[in-house]
Amino acid sequence: MSGGHSTYTPKTGLGRWVDARMPLPRLVHDSFISFPVPRNLNYAYTFGAVLIVMLVMQIITGVVLAMHYVADPRYAFQSVEKIMRDVNSGWLLRYLHANGASMFFIAVYLHIGRGLYYGSYKAPRELLWILGVIIYLLMMAAAFMGYVLPWGQMSFWGATVITGFFSAIPLVGEWFQTLLLGGFSVDAPTLNRFFSLHYLLPFMIAGVVVLHVWALHVTGQTNPTGIEIKSKTDTVAFTPYATSKDALTVVLFALFFATFLFYMPNYLGHPDNYIPANPLKTPAHIVPEWYFLPFYAILRAITFNIGPIDSKLGGVLAMFGAIVVLFFVPWLDTSRVRSAVYRPWYKLFFWLFVANSLFLGWLGSRPAEGAYVIMSQLSTLYYFAFFLVVMPLLGLFETPKPLPNSITEAVLEQNRGRGHGGSAVPVGAAASPESKG
Amino acid sequence: MSAQDSVPGPGLAAGHGHHVSTPDEPTRRDFLYIATGAVGAVGAAALAWPFIDQFRPDAAALAMASIEVDVSSLEPGMALTAKWRGKPIFIRNRTPEEVEAAAGVPLEELKDPVARNANIPGEAPATNEARSAGEGRENWIIMIGVCTHLGCVPLGQAGDFGGWFCPCHGSHYDTAGRIRVGPAPENLLIPVFSFTSDTTIRIG
Repeated sequence: MSGGHSTYTPKTGLGRWVDARMPLPRLVHDSFISFPVPRNLNYAYTFGAVLIVMLVMQIITGVVLAMHYVADPRYAFQSVEKIMRDVNSGWLLRYLHANGASMFFIAVYLHIGRGLYYGSYKAPRELLWILGVIIYLLMMAAAFMGYVLPWGQMSFWGATVITGFFSAIPLVGEWFQTLLLGGFSVDAPTLNRFFSLHYLLPFMIAGVVVLHVWALHVTGQTNPTGIEIKSKTDTVAFTPYATSKDALTVVLFALFFATFLFYMPNYLGHPDNYIPANPLKTPAHIVPEWYFLPFYAILRAITFNIGPIDSKLGGVLAMFGAIVVLFFVPWLDTSRVRSAVYRPWYKLFFWLFVANSLFLGWLGSRPAEGAYVIMSQLSTLYYFAFFLVVMPLLGLFETPKPLPNSITEAVLEQNRGRGHGGSAVPVGAAASPESKG
Repeated sequence: MSAQDSVPGPGLAAGHGHHVSTPDEPTRRDFLYIATGAVGAVGAAALAWPFIDQFRPDAAALAMASIEVDVSSLEPGMALTAKWRGKPIFIRNRTPEEVEAAAGVPLEELKDPVARNANIPGEAPATNEARSAGEGRENWIIMIGVCTHLGCVPLGQAGDFGGWFCPCHGSHYDTAGRIRVGPAPENLLIPVFSFTSDTTIRIG
């Protein structure tokens, strides 16, 4: 996993015995203790750790909730209420799991945003990035199916709308939707298979996380300068430096989580989901969970036919396209400089992209009418333009700031700057952007 | 390019086996590789099928018999919703004004000009009559109450055309259930149905 720098020496006889047979302790030591990380990692780099904690948390709470939940339309809603009222500590476990999903997405958006800002996806970390996008997709599937399980109004109608996406596929759409639902509408077979898959997906995520971390340990971490590690002075050991930084973020994040958990556990949910599912009545306002809202806005923005593609298929394609485009980011970004710190224009467009994504999220929560539709269309346009126009063209037109020669130099420069109360951006060492890969 | 390049069979075993042949000639080993691979592929596909097949609607879901609905209580302007195949069925006794409004719409104004009526073969135009229960019963309209966009249940007597309105993504249907404005691609679908008597409708 991280060959070449192993400093592990078993201290006990048993340790040596294990090391000669299956060197798992060596792997852990090399990957999470002595593993060299850039010395200038900031707190934006700690959300990977938060995500692992959240994944473990979701799996543990999920396994125990499954001991009380019944995946049958007649009992599903009641069994969730039973968990809330009768099961010992059930309310806490369910709120942990439901709010945990939201926290998971907050952390993953910060993690993805970090990657986009510091250009973490650039060569040689394309596969690392793609594995991350796959994890994100699996998370979305798991979250969607999990939201169906309480069998409230939003569960039912969310499932109806989202499985309806597939009916937009020409020719095989209807057949595929029926295959997915196990019937002609969302019903008992749908609930049962969603429960099964909801239980499976987190373990698939865990598997891809292993690949993600493996790829990370092959290439090493990026850092705010975007410059590769060149010498030993550029690095510190994972433990205690990164570990303690990660631990602090995890603790602060837990406090944030606890605020929602104990003071507003239903703030991120939707009151309609406390009404049992009714197949004959759609709630006046179907909205997905907050973490899907930007994509929902994109879906609804396509209200016009594009050539042979009708508006329904167009909306579905745009929505899936908004995620698929992420896979191509390593090749869409043509800049030779990795980090936004040295890319004045990219920095501007990046923050616009963040603001635009939040705006799209807000639009997704509004009804699909009037000015909201036009705003969604403009916002969708910028979402795609950021990836398909800005990223490729900026690499050609933007003049990056001079890069420092090494991480160490950047850190020393920054400390000197701080001493003078100056800017945090390292100023002009001799390096040109062309000199780095 | 030599002529030999076009000879099929790359001769996988060439140089490895004891079999004497020219390098480009298919060998017995090639045949065994291909035969084994083919049998393996067929076997894997045959084994995979039950796992996919089980996703399809089971016998219980398919065995949903037709339903009969008593509509004797529906005066003009009244409607009821029945449940068939897990979906809502809108049955409405339209008022003369509603029928008139629907009949007065030129077909060119329709987003979807097809009747979408399972009782009429082919792609009949979406006239008011083709959308209703037919001649003499123009006041009756029987539709699957599922928005053709993404499957929500539209609200009755709402929207810009006085017909149905889907609150999910803003599709407006007129008094004949035809899509007029919004993302839905098709008119509300009309299921197979028949009047078994003047006051009873059989659906399915």
